[in-house]
Amino acid sequence: MSKKADAIEKEDVVIRFSGDSGDGMQLTGTLFSDTSAFIGNDLSTFPDYPAEIRAPQGTIGGVSGFQVHVGKTKVRTPGDYADILIAMNPAALKANEKWVKDGGTIILDEDSFDERGLTKAGFKTDDPIKEDKLDGFNIIKAPISSLTKEALKGMGLDPKSILRSKNMFALGMVYWIFDRPLSYTEDFFETKFKKKPLVIEANKKVLHAGYNYAETMEHMAPSYKVSPGNIDKGIYRNINGNIATAWGFIAAAEKANLKLFCGSYPITPATEILQELSIQKNLGVKTFQAEDEIAGICTSIGASFAGNLAITTTSGPGLALKSEAIGLAVMTELPLVVVDVQRGGPSTGLPTKPEQSDLMQALYGRNGESPVVVIAASSPSNCFHYAFTAAKIALEHMTPVILLTDGFIANGSEPWKIPTMAEYPAIKPPIVTEETKDWKPYARDAEKLARTWAIPGTKGLEHRVGGLEKDELKGSVSHDPLNHQKMVNLREEKVQRVSKFIPKLIVDGEDSGDLLVVGWGGTYGHLTTAVSQMQAEGKKISLAHFNYIKPLPENTAEVFSKFDKIVVCEINMGQFANYLRMTKPAFKYLQYNKVQGLPFTVVELVKHFQKLLEE
Amino acid sequence: MVESQNILTAKDFKSDQEVRWCPGCGDHAIMNAIQRALPELGIPKEKFAFISGIGCSSRFPYYMNTYGFHSIHGRASAIASGVKVTNPDLSVWQITGDGDALAIGGNHFIHVVRRNVDINIILFNNEIYGLTKGQYSPTSKFGAITKTSPYGTVEHPFHPGELVIGAQGKFFARSIDKNLKLSQEIFVEAARHKGASVVEVLQNCVIYNDKTHAALTDKEHKEDRTIILKHGEPMIFGKNRDKGLMLDAENMRLKVVELGEDYTEKDILVHNAENENPGIHLMLANMRYPDYPVAFGVIRNVKARTYDQSVQEQVDMVKSKSSIKNVDDLLRSGTTWEI
Repeated sequence: MSKKADAIEKEDVVIRFSGDSGDGMQLTGTLFSDTSAFIGNDLSTFPDYPAEIRAPQGTIGGVSGFQVHVGKTKVRTPGDYADILIAMNPAALKANEKWVKDGGTIILDEDSFDERGLTKAGFKTDDPIKEDKLDGFNIIKAPISSLTKEALKGMGLDPKSILRSKNMFALGMVYWIFDRPLSYTEDFFETKFKKKPLVIEANKKVLHAGYNYAETMEHMAPSYKVSPGNIDKGIYRNINGNIATAWGFIAAAEKANLKLFCGSYPITPATEILQELSIQKNLGVKTFQAEDEIAGICTSIGASFAGNLAITTTSGPGLALKSEAIGLAVMTELPLVVVDVQRGGPSTGLPTKPEQSDLMQALYGRNGESPVVVIAASSPSNCFHYAFTAAKIALEHMTPVILLTDGFIANGSEPWKIPTMAEYPAIKPPIVTEETKDWKPYARDAEKLARTWAIPGTKGLEHRVGGLEKDELKGSVSHDPLNHQKMVNLREEKVQRVSKFIPKLIVDGEDSGDLLVVGWGGTYGHLTTAVSQMQAEGKKISLAHFNYIKPLPENTAEVFSKFDKIVVCEINMGQFANYLRMTKPAFKYLQYNKVQGLPFTVVELVKHFQKLLEE
Repeated sequence: MVESQNILTAKDFKSDQEVRWCPGCGDHAIMNAIQRALPELGIPKEKFAFISGIGCSSRFPYYMNTYGFHSIHGRASAIASGVKVTNPDLSVWQITGDGDALAIGGNHFIHVVRRNVDINIILFNNEIYGLTKGQYSPTSKFGAITKTSPYGTVEHPFHPGELVIGAQGKFFARSIDKNLKLSQEIFVEAARHKGASVVEVLQNCVIYNDKTHAALTDKEHKEDRTIILKHGEPMIFGKNRDKGLMLDAENMRLKVVELGEDYTEKDILVHNAENENPGIHLMLANMRYPDYPVAFGVIRNVKARTYDQSVQEQVDMVKSKSSIKNVDDLLRSGTTWEI
């Protein structure tokens, strides 16, 4: 690789690949991300794809995008705006032009900008640049389709396969612009198409053609350099939130010495967890693709009764269907983790877009006084940690736990320094053995208030559980008024006691100041980036980000009390803010809310915090 | 399953809970029959799990001194599936009613049958909602007058056997609360069958649907109105064992014939519960009084792979071939890099 002398050195750069949903943009983006990670950059990715599998070709509805933010040092968001946009057709340009930085570069496949393509994308003239006032951008029109065809001429491939590899031409161009090696991607072809040497050769050819093309038109394309930076030593891998969630549960099962069972029903954007667990039968995982959401959770409750680490995975509409069964797990005090990968609602809503609007549903969306533990992961890779923790709490405290993630962190990926299982604590569920004398199903330990778990098959501990109110000790049916009061109190107190076993709330920045930004779950990357930018400018702003929602960390009020203003930022209309008003009423909570099926942007957050500081 | 060391009796399966079904309810007899059947199986008590949904019959697990789970309406099939799949060593029983299994739980019911999860489903069919005090159920006869159908239902009832066979069920049997001995025999056979075994027990609700099955229990006529099927035996019935079933091939249906001059035993169909083809089984399950005798006994009993067994085998197979033996291996599998 020739080093380009005039390359612009950048701290970080954002690239957005976009095209028709069949154009392979997700793969292109992933390959670029992998190469960047291998050479020592940090990064964060965000796939943005339509709900339809193949929406009409060439239309805006069918545009699939993949954004990656590559940096020298820690990168916490996929970036607000792109430095470079690759648009494989007019619709991709139309859909994404608003996401390019002023003066940024847009690479177009000019072959696709014919009359038909332009019309389909909704352009009214034959000059989209002029029409949409894109003159201020550095537009590179490259004949990607025709040069791809040219490169593959005479190889004996059918026209469809030829056209399908044009994404590799675009990738080759981007590799030249960022001076990235092609070798990792070539290795990928070798493994992926092991049995199809012709396909390997074709892909390599096109990748090189794109690279060489960019080089020959050097005067037009910018050339960037994002050097490897200061990243912790260790072994890394890329991971997205859904895979990390699945693996976190497998890890918890190993540490608890239990079998893992997942009963679930496919639903976007949670399906990948079920898929991943179905692969991992090698570690003894049993998965059950149920006939519906209700059967998903009910098979898991059965598995929990039978002595397994049982989980179920879903998204908002599915959580609604599962609510009666969650109540059953509350009443029977069986360990269970319910994962809700949140998406835009209500109803079917925005299946592929992130939102944080299931919080109230998770906390309160059941009949009766039905408390559960609610925790939230806040980055793709820490889904591993919070899945593990959700399972640990469920098993040790004998309670259902709802783990909230969202479409943004579930599908987004980042490099992850791989932990060793030795770093993780043991999980000790209160299983009783047949020697236990005078055992009572609902007797509890004094510290956690957890009941014990007698697994069917254990001699002498035959007992019945169920959805009717339980006698406080024997667990038999009780309609006694005072017993019911006592049990309602106990179930709530048991959940509240979890606060003694979770970490304290950490403040990012000074412990006191003018403004405390409060967030929870998947918004962490954007909030911390915005807050640390402002801290660097000397502003007295800090961030308190919650992963534990019910119960809240014990020091929550103490943290809040040291700031003049508190602003709660959420991708919903203020559910956490309202929860805080109920549980910590001594403070005034300002709100910053957005519900557009999109993550926050750092720019809008900074602007808003600035305003609050000036008021 | 482990063979029991000690010999159990029906009494060992009674719990300390007071049985709260109405006096005269058919549920009492069905429970007695199950408690008598269990000791015959040679399975230790702690290996039994009884799972139910909601309804009168679903109170059943509380009265059994075994592991038990009284769950939520309609979901017992799903919960029982979870228990059996993860703990195949248990003998899992689902206790359900016509409303619980065929209305709110209809979806789970057909799927547990289709998957052939090795559980025993005892379906108490009284053709009424008892616990909510007398509304029609999916098995109520067309025109039934109930609290929610004061002018008669306008719904066609489900026939559980037809549904089971339609869902590719491998085991279907029918009994009636009053015939304790027959019920006991059938429960034993159901338990020994590997796969989803469905036993429909016609049960009398003494309060809201009294005598709905009276035509079949009437001392004088019951033997002429019912037939007890036995695998390998001719389909003969009647007080004087003078009637039989033949296949009316021309009309593709069964017909009842009198034994005597026109027909002899050799003309009568021999019951083959193990026939893979469900054609005759469906006809037998659908026989209704007064056109036909109602069929009791094991109507269908066909061997097939069970879901729980296949799941376990797949896990074992993948495990034996994989180089990933623990979570540390998993985390380091695939593409990684070192910084």
